[in-house]
Amino acid sequence: MTVLHRVESESGVADTATVTAERHSPLEHRVAEFERSAVHGPRGVRLAEEPFLTQLDLRMPPSGTALRAVSEELGLPVPAANRVSGDERQGLLWLGPDEWLLVAEEGRAGELLGVVRSAQQGEAGSAVDVSANRTTLRLSGPMAREVLEKVCSVDLHPRAFSTGHCAQTLLGRAVAVLWQVGREPEYRVLVRCSFANYLADLLLDAMAEFLPG
Amino acid sequence: MTSSPNPHRLNASVRSGRIDRARAIDCTVDGRRVRGHPGDTLASALLACGITEVGPSIHRGRARGVFTADCTEPNALVQRLDGCPEPMLPATELEIYEGLEVRTLSGVGWLSGQRDTAGYDKKFVRSDVVVVGAGPAGLAASLVAARGGARVMLIDQHRELGGTLPDGQAHVSGHPATEWVGRAARELAENENVRILTRSVALGCYDHNYLLVAERRAEHLPVWRSSGPRQRLWHVRAGQVVLATGAHERPLVFADNDRPGVMLASAVRSYVNRYAVLPGREGVVFTTSDSAYATALDLLSCGARVPAIVDTRAEPPARLVEQVRAAGAQVYPGSVVTAATGEPGVTGVRIAGLDGNGSLTGTPVEVGCDLLAVSGGWNPAVQLFAQSGGTVRWDPVVAGFVPDSPGGRSARVVGAARGTYDLAGCLAQGFAAGAEAATVAGFRVAPPAVPQVDGDRPVGRPRPVWAVPDESRPRRECTEHFVDLQRDATVADVHAATETGMRSVQHVKRYTTVSTGVEQGKSSGVNTIGVLAETLAASSPGEVGTTTFRPPYTPVPLALFAGRTRGPLYDPVRTTPMHTRHEQAGAVFEDVGQWKRARYYPKNGEDMETAVLRECAAARTGVALQDVSTLGRIEVVGSDAPVFLDRVYTNKFSNLPVGKARYGVMCGADGMVLDDGVSLRLAEDRYLMSTTTGGAAKVLDWLEEWLQTEWPKLDVYCTSVTEQWAAVAVVGPDSRTVVGRLAPELDVSAEGFGFMRFAETVLRNGVPARVARVSFSGELAFEVNVARWYGQALWDAAMEAGRDLGITPYGTETMHVLRAEKGFVIVGQDTDGTVTPLDLGMNWAVSRSKDFIGKRSLSRPEMLRADRKHLVGLLPVDGHSLLPEGAHLVDQRAPRRPPVPMLGHVTSSYRSAALGRTFALGLVSGGRERVGEVLRAPVGGTDIEVEVTTPVFYDEEGVRRDGAAQG
Repeated sequence: MTVLHRVESESGVADTATVTAERHSPLEHRVAEFERSAVHGPRGVRLAEEPFLTQLDLRMPPSGTALRAVSEELGLPVPAANRVSGDERQGLLWLGPDEWLLVAEEGRAGELLGVVRSAQQGEAGSAVDVSANRTTLRLSGPMAREVLEKVCSVDLHPRAFSTGHCAQTLLGRAVAVLWQVGREPEYRVLVRCSFANYLADLLLDAMAEFLPG
Repeated sequence: MTSSPNPHRLNASVRSGRIDRARAIDCTVDGRRVRGHPGDTLASALLACGITEVGPSIHRGRARGVFTADCTEPNALVQRLDGCPEPMLPATELEIYEGLEVRTLSGVGWLSGQRDTAGYDKKFVRSDVVVVGAGPAGLAASLVAARGGARVMLIDQHRELGGTLPDGQAHVSGHPATEWVGRAARELAENENVRILTRSVALGCYDHNYLLVAERRAEHLPVWRSSGPRQRLWHVRAGQVVLATGAHERPLVFADNDRPGVMLASAVRSYVNRYAVLPGREGVVFTTSDSAYATALDLLSCGARVPAIVDTRAEPPARLVEQVRAAGAQVYPGSVVTAATGEPGVTGVRIAGLDGNGSLTGTPVEVGCDLLAVSGGWNPAVQLFAQSGGTVRWDPVVAGFVPDSPGGRSARVVGAARGTYDLAGCLAQGFAAGAEAATVAGFRVAPPAVPQVDGDRPVGRPRPVWAVPDESRPRRECTEHFVDLQRDATVADVHAATETGMRSVQHVKRYTTVSTGVEQGKSSGVNTIGVLAETLAASSPGEVGTTTFRPPYTPVPLALFAGRTRGPLYDPVRTTPMHTRHEQAGAVFEDVGQWKRARYYPKNGEDMETAVLRECAAARTGVALQDVSTLGRIEVVGSDAPVFLDRVYTNKFSNLPVGKARYGVMCGADGMVLDDGVSLRLAEDRYLMSTTTGGAAKVLDWLEEWLQTEWPKLDVYCTSVTEQWAAVAVVGPDSRTVVGRLAPELDVSAEGFGFMRFAETVLRNGVPARVARVSFSGELAFEVNVARWYGQALWDAAMEAGRDLGITPYGTETMHVLRAEKGFVIVGQDTDGTVTPLDLGMNWAVSRSKDFIGKRSLSRPEMLRADRKHLVGLLPVDGHSLLPEGAHLVDQRAPRRPPVPMLGHVTSSYRSAALGRTFALGLVSGGRERVGEVLRAPVGGTDIEVEVTTPVFYDEEGVRRDGAAQG
């Protein structure tokens, strides 16, 4: 069916059950390489891709009623600057004074877009599906912070950055959203798909120091 | 081996030294084998072997020897030959390792043509308190700050902590000071909030306590043993900085003061105590202050003779004099060494009296020796302090430039770096500064009591002598009184500079090249200033002042600054989700910003011209396919989105119906074209704007700037969705068939799906898609957008749907030709920031009924001049000449010799399959009035005649975009 005027687009987020085409993530061909590069033990660090996470970019006035409504509907408190409320399954990341990124498990964009937009109804603000815009790298292991410190100028010391903290920053020459999800430490790095291979190269290069012998 | 390989090594019972005698290391110096031990520098190993002489001097070829034991070394510079050759390494800093091979240099090394395969990387860290220098003051500061709980970073040049304590014999709380150092090092190492960087040089100290630190991680290891980076550059942001950078001993200037065997008194101590090496068996000490008496005592305690201690001061402290006399040395108070004798190495000195006016008195006496230890006083290492904005002043009491208190923003300077030379004083200042820095950084802590120390507390004031008068010659002839050993610059050179009229130390530095070597004035600077002050009859060196201290503190390989940002990591390479397919199709890529875009797809060895003609023909007569996923996309959302787009585009978007698309042009405030693209109206309050591939980031910044700074009240939010989408352009008369197959639910008929409409649909493979009827070629064309992760599936499906129709992938080159045939401009190619929409003949896209950014500029008289450059078409008259892009255009009657008035230039030029000829676009003064005129394009000595035309060459009526001209 062609709907010329039903335009509020959900194009990226339709039910995938009926789709016969293959979905590809930017780093799917590097799984084996990531496994080879993994270092275990007290000086260990590992890299993996977590593709297809649901991501919605939310913009709203920080003081308006829409923000409160969205926060209530999602069951997530409004995070402070550079913090995340919620958890890995559903987290709200502060990206700027009027910008948040809702990250959830794969395949929830349509549903969450509905929730957010209805909460925003009649107020200023936007909610845009950006799930396919970025992929997610997961960097974990005792040396993960050491690795990030080679490519990122944000202070990642536990006193300054710990679980539940996030930052939109540069890793090498790529913009990324850095989110610490665990104490080990463990990070999610959300990066635009076209930069994913560069970022993987950069992180693998920085990890090489910890490869045994 | 017949005799000991280390004849000058002290027996362990005399001096144990900080070396591992159990293991031997062999290295090669100028082809000779030199044996040392772990813990040795190349210089200490050379001296242990009895090799004093190194490479001859740079200009005069005079014999030179190891002169220092630190980074101020002017003579013992070597080229490393093993691994990747590296020039100008001071042997005094180079730790030996098995297989080290060097050549001594005459002041100049060479860069290897070899690729440097050693790894260099970077690290970015913060610290509450950064302490530079791990001598007693720096250790004390670090200990206290760490006890307060602050994150502390301690940086030191050397392998070991302790500064000069291992060079001496001091005691703390009744035990050797090295034990105190050991305890401090352990306490710091066990504190998880402390990071200790040894073998690390703070290169620079910048505003806001930003420091750059070069860490030598594997310099002391043979290449085959080093894994990981060889050097690392630390970018450190500090809350508070404590500079405990120590002091450098000054040489003394007298005749033939450059002979091998002349050595800094502190270096002699260092070799004796730290390295257990006796640099000479008969050592004369020539000093201006107290510190060198310890050198004499060290020499004596090792069994060396000290035939003379020559002190410039008429009354040296009695305690010191008694001490050295009791040990067997003779003191010459109020005296100077006028000359070193012997050639090439020192065999003796001439000693004369020095009166209160600085003139020689009495008859010089000669004393034999094989070592001359000199101490001209001390220069506090104020380099980092000065770099960070601190000013220095001359302190006549310590005879050196010291930090001008308080000065220097928030960097605290302690210990010898501020002219405090006694151990107790250094510890007290260190404790106080560490406590203060931690407290200011938010970690309240009080300084502890200073432990009991036996120190060599200086009691006598120094009496600096900048240049010992020659026994017979005037200053202008003192051509063997060296002020800068590395540059072979002498008192005579400084004198000559003043005789040419120079007064400023900056000028004299550049005229004489003093202080321009790798030591950067650390050893030569203040003596030169002193000589200059005397020559100019200035009241003190302070009146002359210093040259500017600039980073880096010590030389550093440029590769370190590059770090990992080289090769594939130099810049991100951005690819689309269909990239693999382009590679498989044999595409040749071009860089568009950071993107790799397929430029053309050569088949069977085609060159670009042939491939592009084929691809163009497919697009004009059949069906062709391009990956347009790189185009920038921005969702503009909010109740004020229509108003906002009206303001940022020259044409109107508020009246665009939902479900339709419109081409728009953006101008800067100056009225010049900034970017262009098609925007779709998704809903009343929602647009999807597209930008050029290269302009995506710039346009988003531009929109945000206006929203945040000028129109914060507008309810508009912009979100980049460039990579949410993947898209292909399906172009050509057969594109309707292909898209119809691709999207069976979509009515693709001319009536059902008009030009500049778009629709949401689901493709046959189940993938949701947005299809728009837009065209950048003039042909019937569709742009199909899907979620990024379906990009490859979309490409495959489109290729499959068009297989029987010969669907042809095309690249950016064909896209350029197709659009140029229609006279569509590419922002950045046909425009250059000086072109308005009116210049491009796009009056139709410039609204008269509303305001927009740049509108007022467009009505300035300058913008309306008839001779502005207009976009025109250009047809080479011969039909086949290809104009080079950038070629100038001149009137046919224009003179052949300069000045030749230029009328304009070619912006785009191609061969056209559709036209069967070459054609071009260009910007020509008053071009629209010149249509029909023939101009000349002087190219490589010949002229190409070109006819000026309107810029639309193909399908001027615009019928092909609906597929009407099919067949």
